[in-house]
Amino acid sequence: MSENRKSILTWGLLGLVLVGGILAGRCAPSGPKGKKEGGAAKSDAAIAAMKTYVAPGDLDEYYLFSSGGHSGQIYVYGVPSMRHLSTIPVFTPYPGIGYGFDDESKAMLGNLTWGDAHHPALSETAGDYDGRWLFINDMNGRIARIDLRDFKTKQILGPIPNISGNHGSSFVTPNTEYAMMASRFSIPIPKGTVAPIEKYATDYKGIVCAIKIDPKTGQMALAWQIVTPPFDWDLGDAGKKVSDGWMFWTCYNSERATGKLEVTASQRDRDYIAAVDWKALEKAAAEGKGDTIGGVKVIDPKKIPGLIYLLPCGKSPHGVDVSPDGKYVVGSGKLQGVTTVFNFEKIQTAIKNKDFIGDEDGIPVLKYESIKDAEVPVGLGPLHTQFGGDGFAYTSLFVDSAIAKWKMGTWEVVDKIPMSYSIGHLCAAEGDTCSPKGKYLVGLNKLSHGRHLSVGPGQPESSQLVDISEEKMKLLYDAFTEPEPHYAQMIKADKVKPIEVYPKEESKHPLAIWDVKDAGVTRKGNEVLAKVVLVRSTITPQLIEVNEGDTVKIAMTNIEQTTDELHGFGLLDYNINIVCDPGETKVVTFKADKKGVYPYYCTNFCSALHQEMQGYLIVKARS
Amino acid sequence: MTSFFEKETRFLDQPLGMAPRVLLLIATLLLVFTYVFPLWQLTMFAPQYPEGLRMDIYSYRLEGGNKGQDVKEINILNHYIGMKDIETADFTEFKWIPFVVGVMGLLFLRAAILGKISNLVDVFVLFCYFGAFSLWSFGYKLWSYGHNLAPTASVKVPPFMPPLFGFKQLANFGVYSYPRLGSYALALAVVCLALALLLAWRSGRKSASA
Repeated sequence: MSENRKSILTWGLLGLVLVGGILAGRCAPSGPKGKKEGGAAKSDAAIAAMKTYVAPGDLDEYYLFSSGGHSGQIYVYGVPSMRHLSTIPVFTPYPGIGYGFDDESKAMLGNLTWGDAHHPALSETAGDYDGRWLFINDMNGRIARIDLRDFKTKQILGPIPNISGNHGSSFVTPNTEYAMMASRFSIPIPKGTVAPIEKYATDYKGIVCAIKIDPKTGQMALAWQIVTPPFDWDLGDAGKKVSDGWMFWTCYNSERATGKLEVTASQRDRDYIAAVDWKALEKAAAEGKGDTIGGVKVIDPKKIPGLIYLLPCGKSPHGVDVSPDGKYVVGSGKLQGVTTVFNFEKIQTAIKNKDFIGDEDGIPVLKYESIKDAEVPVGLGPLHTQFGGDGFAYTSLFVDSAIAKWKMGTWEVVDKIPMSYSIGHLCAAEGDTCSPKGKYLVGLNKLSHGRHLSVGPGQPESSQLVDISEEKMKLLYDAFTEPEPHYAQMIKADKVKPIEVYPKEESKHPLAIWDVKDAGVTRKGNEVLAKVVLVRSTITPQLIEVNEGDTVKIAMTNIEQTTDELHGFGLLDYNINIVCDPGETKVVTFKADKKGVYPYYCTNFCSALHQEMQGYLIVKARS
Repeated sequence: MTSFFEKETRFLDQPLGMAPRVLLLIATLLLVFTYVFPLWQLTMFAPQYPEGLRMDIYSYRLEGGNKGQDVKEINILNHYIGMKDIETADFTEFKWIPFVVGVMGLLFLRAAILGKISNLVDVFVLFCYFGAFSLWSFGYKLWSYGHNLAPTASVKVPPFMPPLFGFKQLANFGVYSYPRLGSYALALAVVCLALALLLAWRSGRKSASA
C-alpha cells in the first residue's frame, strides 16, 4: 500500500465518520419550532398575577356566564379571577339547590333529564346588555330564560314543534324583542313524519324560528317559523344599529348531503349565511300568513318572497358575528384560512338590484363579489369573532389553536396568541354588543392536554383569560371549566343587581306560610297537605303521619330573611331533596307508596343546631 | 329661719327674664326630637356578621337595621340561649315615655308663659327625675332580657348584663351600646334648663337683694 492510497483511505474514513456524525446529530427536536422553555402559551408571571389577583373579600369586575354544553347548565365565573362562583341548573336536575326535585322545576324539565346548552344570550336594550335575563338554547328544541334577579331558571319553552337540533340559538335582537332558534339536523316535518333518507334534499326541512319575549316579564312565546332547505343551520347573530331588523345564520351542508357528512357536506367551496328580515317576518306573521305545520304557522319563503336571502360564505362557516356598529357581518369558513367580512349596505344594494346568482328552493342567493368587503387572512380554522372597544376584532382559530387580532377597516392581522388548546368560541367583555368593553377576553378551549394535575383520561375543558387592553394580547390565566363551555357572555358586574333574599312582602305563593303557628298537616280524602316552616333550627311540624297510598303534598317555606340562611329538606328513601332560599316556598308532591318511618332533615348546613333540624314521615300500613 | 324661707319664696316667685323663657322654648323644641330620632342604639358584630346587626330604640318603638331584619335575626340567635323575643309589645316604656315627654313639654311651655322661677325649678327637677328613671328602666329591661333565660334553652349561658353604655363582648358578639340623637336632645334640654336656672338665679338674686 503506497503512501498515497493510505492517505486516501485515511481521509475517506475520516470523511465517513464526519458524515456519519453529522447524520447522527440530526434528529427531531423535543418540541415544535419556536417552542419556548417549559411548554406552550406562557405568561409573564408577575404581570399576570397582578392582573388576575382578586384579594380575598374583594369582588371581580365582570361576570362570565359560561354555557355548560351537554351538562345542561350554566356556570358563573368572576373575571379576572376566573373563580367559579355558582352553577345555574337549566336543563339538568341539580341536587345542590334541589333543582328538578320540587313540583315546579320538575314540571319545567318535563321528561328530559338533560339538555345540550350552547349559546347563552344576555338580554339587551339598544344593543347593550341590560342585566335582566339570560337565555340559553337546548339542542332538544328548547330555550330557557334565567332571571338575573335571583340567578334561577324561570321558564323552559319547548320542545318547539318542527325544530330539530336547536343549535343556532339563542341570540337575541338588540332590544330583546326576540330570541332565536334554528334546526341543525333537518327532519321531515311535522315531527313524527317519516321520509326515506334518499329524499333528504326535498322532503327534509330546515326551520328557523323566532321566540317573542315579553318586554316586562321576559316570558317567552313562539312567534314565527320559516321553512328552509335542509341545510344544517349552525350559528347566528342579530343585526344591530344600521342592520337592526335582520338576523343572520350560518349553515353547513348546503350540499344537502347525507351519510358521511364530514366528506359529503364538505364538497362545495361555499356554503351560506342566511340574512333574515325579521321585521318583515313579524309583519307577515301578524297578517296571519303561513301554513299550519305541527300546530304552528310556518312561512314558506317560496310563497312569500323578500324575507330571506343567502350570502355565499367560505366553506362550512361556523360563526357569524355582526360588528358593534352593525355595518359588517363577519363569517368564518371553518375549512378555510380566511374570515369574510360582508358589508351590510352592499347586501341591501344587492337585494335591491336583484344581484342574484341563483336560488335555493326559491330563496335568492346574492353574488359574493358584490357584498364582500374583505377576506381577512386570520389563519387556519377560523370559527368565531368578538370585538374590542377600539375597532379591533378577535377571531378564534381552531386548527391553528390561536386567536388572531385584526383591525376593522384596514383588515390587517396585527397580533396572534396561541391558545392551549384548540379554541372553539371566545368571549370578549360585552364583545357582541354595540359597545364592547375590551380589556378581557376568554378563550373557550376544547382541549387542555395535561396543563393541570392529572385527573385521569376525562380531562377538563380549559378557559384561558387573555388581556386585550394593550397592543399585544397577553395570556393571564388558565381556568379549567366544567364541561363543556361553548359560548359565554361577559357582563360588567355592576349591571347585574341580584337580590339577597326573597322579600317576605313579595311572597305570593298560595301555600306560603310565615308563622310557625300556621304549620301543620291537613287531610282531604287521600290527599294530605303538610304546610311546613323551615327556620333555624327546626322543621315544623316534626312529625307528618300519612297512610300508605296517600298523595302527599309538602309545601315548605323558609321564613328566614337573613342572607345565606338556606334550608334543605331531604326525605330519605323517597328521592326527595328540596332546598329553599330565604323567603322561598317550594312544593313537592309524591305518593306515599312505601310504609314505614322515613326521616326528613335539613340538608343545607344552617346553624350550630343544624343537625337537630329533623323530623319523621310515618307512613302507616293500609288498614 | 322664717326669714330664709320668706326670702326664698320671694326669690322663687320672681318672674323669669327673657333669656330663661327662650331657653325653655328651646328645650320644648328639643323634646320633639324624641319623636323623630332614636334614643339608643345597640350594634353587634360577629365573624359571621361583618356588617353588624343593629337595633334602634325610639321612645315609642324598636327598629331593626336592614329594614327590620336585624331584630328578627337577633331574636333567632337569642332563642338558642332561651332569651325572650325582643318585641315592641313588651316595652311598657313605649307607652309612657312619649306621654311623659308630652307632659314635660307642656310643663316647659307653662313655665315659659307663667314665668316664675318656681315653675322652672319644678320642671328641672321633674325632668331630671324622668331622665334618670327612664335610664334605669331601660337598664333594668336589658338586665331582665339577660337574666330571664328559659331553663330549656339548647345553649346554656350564665345570666348576663348587656352593655348599657359602651362595649361588651358576649360570646362571639362584640356589642356596642350608645345613645342616639333623641337622647342627645334630651341631654341638651337638661342643659338648657340648667342654663335657664343659672340665669334666673343670677338675676333673681340681684333683684331679691335690691
